[in-house]
Amino acid sequence: MRLDELYQEIILDHYKRPHGRGLREPFEAEAHHVNPTCGDEITVRVHLDGGKVADVSYDGVGCSISQASASVLFDLLNGKALAEAMVTLEAFTELMVGKGEVEPDEDVLEDAVAFAGVAKYPARVKCALLSWMAFKDAAARATAADESGESS
Amino acid sequence: MTTPGAAVATEPGIAVPRLDVAAIRADFPILDREVNGHRLVYLDSAATSQKPLQVVEAMRDFALTHNANVSRSVHTLGTEATEGYEGARAKVAAFIGAARPEELVFTKNSTESVNLVAYAMLAASLDPKADPRLRLGPGDEVVISEMEHHSNIVPWQLLCERTGATLKWFGITEHGRLDLSNLDEVVTERTKLVSYVHQSNLLGTVNPTVAVAQRVREVGALLMLDASQSVPHMPVDVVELDVDFLVFTGHKMLGPTGIGALYARHELLEAMPPFLGGGSMIETVAMTGSTYAPPPAKFEAGTPPITEAYGLGVAVDYLQRVGMDAIKWHEKELTAYALDALVTVPGLRIIGPEVAVGRGGCVSFHLDGIHPHDVGQVLDAEGVEVRVGHHCAKPTCVRFGVPSTTRASFYLYNTTDEVDALITALDKVRKVFG
Repeated sequence: MRLDELYQEIILDHYKRPHGRGLREPFEAEAHHVNPTCGDEITVRVHLDGGKVADVSYDGVGCSISQASASVLFDLLNGKALAEAMVTLEAFTELMVGKGEVEPDEDVLEDAVAFAGVAKYPARVKCALLSWMAFKDAAARATAADESGESS
Repeated sequence: MTTPGAAVATEPGIAVPRLDVAAIRADFPILDREVNGHRLVYLDSAATSQKPLQVVEAMRDFALTHNANVSRSVHTLGTEATEGYEGARAKVAAFIGAARPEELVFTKNSTESVNLVAYAMLAASLDPKADPRLRLGPGDEVVISEMEHHSNIVPWQLLCERTGATLKWFGITEHGRLDLSNLDEVVTERTKLVSYVHQSNLLGTVNPTVAVAQRVREVGALLMLDASQSVPHMPVDVVELDVDFLVFTGHKMLGPTGIGALYARHELLEAMPPFLGGGSMIETVAMTGSTYAPPPAKFEAGTPPITEAYGLGVAVDYLQRVGMDAIKWHEKELTAYALDALVTVPGLRIIGPEVAVGRGGCVSFHLDGIHPHDVGQVLDAEGVEVRVGHHCAKPTCVRFGVPSTTRASFYLYNTTDEVDALITALDKVRKVFG
């Protein structure tokens, strides 16, 4: 096992100096996810505006992998069109569940390619996916709220 | 069969029982393997212990030469298997000082043992003719503590929700001790059962029993101890402890997984309604109703884990040959050594008693600013296997304001060299995350 493969500089940087951390207003939906095996928690808020992720904010407690992953999520998804954000989310999910055999697309995943090494550690995949699954959940709720708002 | 690896000898002039850790380690081949290029340092026996050759070989021999179902065969193999199974029961019962083998019910693990009692009480609560000591309703109370494993919390929450009884608990002091300052207010005439942990799996605290047992007797309640972390590590005697129920599991005491035990006083087992219904637990079955076998068979429906029970009996032989006093002393020395070394690590805070008194060899700690998951990952890279997380004791974590901890736990085969390896590996953690 190579520790530097797991704990890449990019991951440690995001962990020590997270981007976009803290819960912000306005938001249409939020999701709170926990990892029952280690007790890690994250809350993700999504603010949609004209089909765009106008803001994604988060707060939580957890290990370096889960916290850095949330910071990278902010960098990648904030300001993106929702449809594009979902493509990125799918690419990241595919990378994480790929047991280290998926070649990441750097154009789509940018800093998130650093998590390729995490995919080889089954115990840590959940950590990396925690904020992304919470985002997926919150975005779905925000979309639903948006649609019901339009129809009324 | 390999030779018994444990020489018990008292060094001249020292009045403590000793064990020969090198000889013991030779019985555990796994301790020679490498993990990530380093010699394995196994510090997770509180999660599950390693198994000695004697246990593994005895189980293999049993499966290959005596295998048959128990209690229902007239043939030779069936008789041998039954002797093996019942012989194990007698050994395990004697090991904890039970008055008779029939007071020991084999279960899957401690969790099932706790649930067996909880469900027997639920069944009794539904039956107006059941023993009133086992019946719960609104106004009755069950007492646990804040330092319980989830397996000694959730079954009682379920039982109280279903019967309308109230769940109460003892708190934990700042130093990780059971807070018994309000014992008389917590345990009252309304209390039907007090169930708490003998040794905490997170804090390592060994809890006092005399005052609690006395108060439980005063108010006419029942007393259960979760001994999952004490029976493997120290002499435990159910008569001395004056308990009604005691639960423990095989895989934490050198035995296999899938086998655990419930000790209960015989007259209570007789009074308790059955838990699981099925084969082996009956006296006679008619389409209009059934009558039940006497305990312990009443609580052992279906084919039990026969080979595993046999293996647990062999594990008990092994522990007794080494001597529980010697094991307790060995772990006390390791714990004292580890506590002294751990406090020298910058930013490290012990969660639980900081002195090796009234505690066992299970040490939780928190490293300032570094998540236990990350600690465990770096330690693993150095071959040091510890447990990280909430250890199925979330309320205890909340009490100490941490989401989770790193836990090193010791057993008879661990050495001070391994404690040194832990400390060295913790330096590495601080280098990666410092």
